[in-house]
Amino acid sequence: MYRLTNEQYLDLYYYMRLTREFEETILKLYRQGKIVGGAYTGNGNEATAVGSAFALEKHDYLFPMHRDMGAHLVKGQTLRNLMLQHLARGNSLSKGRDGTGHYADPPLRIYGNISHLGAMVPMACGVALASKLRREGSVVLTYIGDGGSNVGDIHEALAMASVQRLPLVLIIENNQFAYSTPVAKQKAMEKYSDRAMGYGMPGFTIDGTDIEEVYQVCKQAVERARRGVGPTLIESVTMRMHGHSAHDGADYVPKELLAEWRKKDPVERIERTLIERKVLTPSVKAQYEEKIQATLDDAVRFAVESPYPPGEEAVVGVYAE
Amino acid sequence: MALLTYIEAISKGLWEEMERDESVILLGEDIGKFGGAFKVTKGFLDRFGEERVIDTVLAETAILGAATGAAVVGMRPVAEMQFADFVTTGFSQLVNNTASIHYRWHIPCPMVVRLPSGAGIHGGPFHSRNPEAWFFHQPGFKIVAPSFPHDAKGLIKAAVRDNNPVIYLEHKRLYRHVKGEVPDTDYTIEIGKGVVRREGNDLSIITYGATVHQALETADAMAKEGVSVEVVDLLSLMPLDTELILASVRKTGKALIVHEDNLTGGIGGEIAAIISEKAFEHLDAPVRRLGALDIPTPYSPPLEEFFLPNAKKLTAAARELAAY
Ligand SMILES: Cc1ncc(C[n+]2csc(CCOP(=O)(O)OP(=O)(O)O)c2C)c(N)n1
Repeated sequence: MYRLTNEQYLDLYYYMRLTREFEETILKLYRQGKIVGGAYTGNGNEATAVGSAFALEKHDYLFPMHRDMGAHLVKGQTLRNLMLQHLARGNSLSKGRDGTGHYADPPLRIYGNISHLGAMVPMACGVALASKLRREGSVVLTYIGDGGSNVGDIHEALAMASVQRLPLVLIIENNQFAYSTPVAKQKAMEKYSDRAMGYGMPGFTIDGTDIEEVYQVCKQAVERARRGVGPTLIESVTMRMHGHSAHDGADYVPKELLAEWRKKDPVERIERTLIERKVLTPSVKAQYEEKIQATLDDAVRFAVESPYPPGEEAVVGVYAE
Repeated sequence: MALLTYIEAISKGLWEEMERDESVILLGEDIGKFGGAFKVTKGFLDRFGEERVIDTVLAETAILGAATGAAVVGMRPVAEMQFADFVTTGFSQLVNNTASIHYRWHIPCPMVVRLPSGAGIHGGPFHSRNPEAWFFHQPGFKIVAPSFPHDAKGLIKAAVRDNNPVIYLEHKRLYRHVKGEVPDTDYTIEIGKGVVRREGNDLSIITYGATVHQALETADAMAKEGVSVEVVDLLSLMPLDTELILASVRKTGKALIVHEDNLTGGIGGEIAAIISEKAFEHLDAPVRRLGALDIPTPYSPPLEEFFLPNAKKLTAAARELAAY
């Protein structure tokens, strides 16, 4: 067991709240027409994104997906940078070439997703391989959705990772839907973690709304990978509480299902726990809220005031020097 | 006759083919109750049922491979990729298997791959592809790219009935922006035949898909300057309507080839080669090409605008060519 200190608990709470507020702001900006492309949230997935990334060290690598804004934040990404990405500004990490979490930040060891589901995981294997060959002791954490986990790339990546004993942790975020398709139409077995057996690697299914469980299981997987024993597959069971993206009203999701999952809202859950344990006092909570609001306001202001890249810059940088 | 959008015309044609022929089945992600990401198959599930409107697992190799398998034993599958870009995830099936089946096995592979393609919708590098050149280079595919609702319906019906794998490019920006008269009748458009959209004498713009509309704007603009522009809409990219291209160029003596796909290695290069081989002596100016820049599709609006062709860029190119 990796015991969490009260201080760590408060950190987790802070990052989950921050994720929630950041994504609410993104939706607001989207509705105001300030985001020209798609806008995705991980509402319901905050404990999974935050708790898993919290299990990483600074020198570990993160390959996040579109529900994992919390992981970007835990890994040290600033709200300003994330806001610039969403608003496609010239001074964003991708220089406006791509949006949302699609950027690379090598100093932070964050490598954002490409849209093609599954495609990132073989690449994450390569990073894990490099870490292994250079005796870095760095672990690679990556994610895929319940739907995306059916893409063949995932199978190939897990085959390689398990045979090569790569320091890789893959989380399958089973949030009940892949766009409009319910998970029952994506798999015939009971649990996604059952797949692990086929690769000879450990597999776990966890309650993805329970921050403590997420952290414990991810931390064990990460440290196992670090010891060179090999990869782990974790199915994190959550709910996609919002539409697929901001444009999607998701009326195909049964209201009762949402109501059921709302009771397990991960952000409210950690808040309740910490209040019960008297770790989160009203004054600390107020402090956090103030800090989050101020950072968000700053990020929005900074990003809105930052210019788009000039059109002519489009041609720069197809090839490295 | 009915006034339909481009996307409604595709749906209409597909619907009619499913009514006509029980062997037509649909495979794709979210195409059932949801009607697909762009709603091409909205209402199909209720009418044709789960056995013919198949909401698949999220796996393009499985979709395209299964479509191929069903086709070789006599069904007529229509596979939808959620975005054209994601066809790459199942690429091996198509280019290695599907395309060469008739050549190797001497049996037809009658299937359609529907690809919502194109940029200009702030889709960034992964939701903006114009993938035609990949398939153009691989013998065995037919490729169609309608620009108006009338042809969108006629070509989807022809594609379903064709005994070869047909790549059907449907431009996302045209979906709801282009409307036109579409007959209610059961008609098809012959694959391999283009049309002259606008007659003209001074120069030919040869194009297909979304840029047809820009070419028509350009023709209007040039008419005001006293230049008569002919607009050739190819409709089919494989086979190419070589006769139509050559007839137009022989008449006008000047060719501007335009596509939204990026220039290098694009289909425009092949058309230019055909013109220079077969109509060289009729040319009054070097063949001119215009396409997107040779970069990945960028996300930020000014970058994307700089990257893409548009009516202004076409008009500038046409003006230069006319003055040559
Ligand atoms: C290879 C591929 N096919 C299709 C898509 C289109 N697409 C984007 S997200 C999505 C649903 C993803 O569902 P899931 O993997 O369960 O993740 P979730 O969005 O539910 O977190 C689809 C079909 C894609 N991005 N990549």
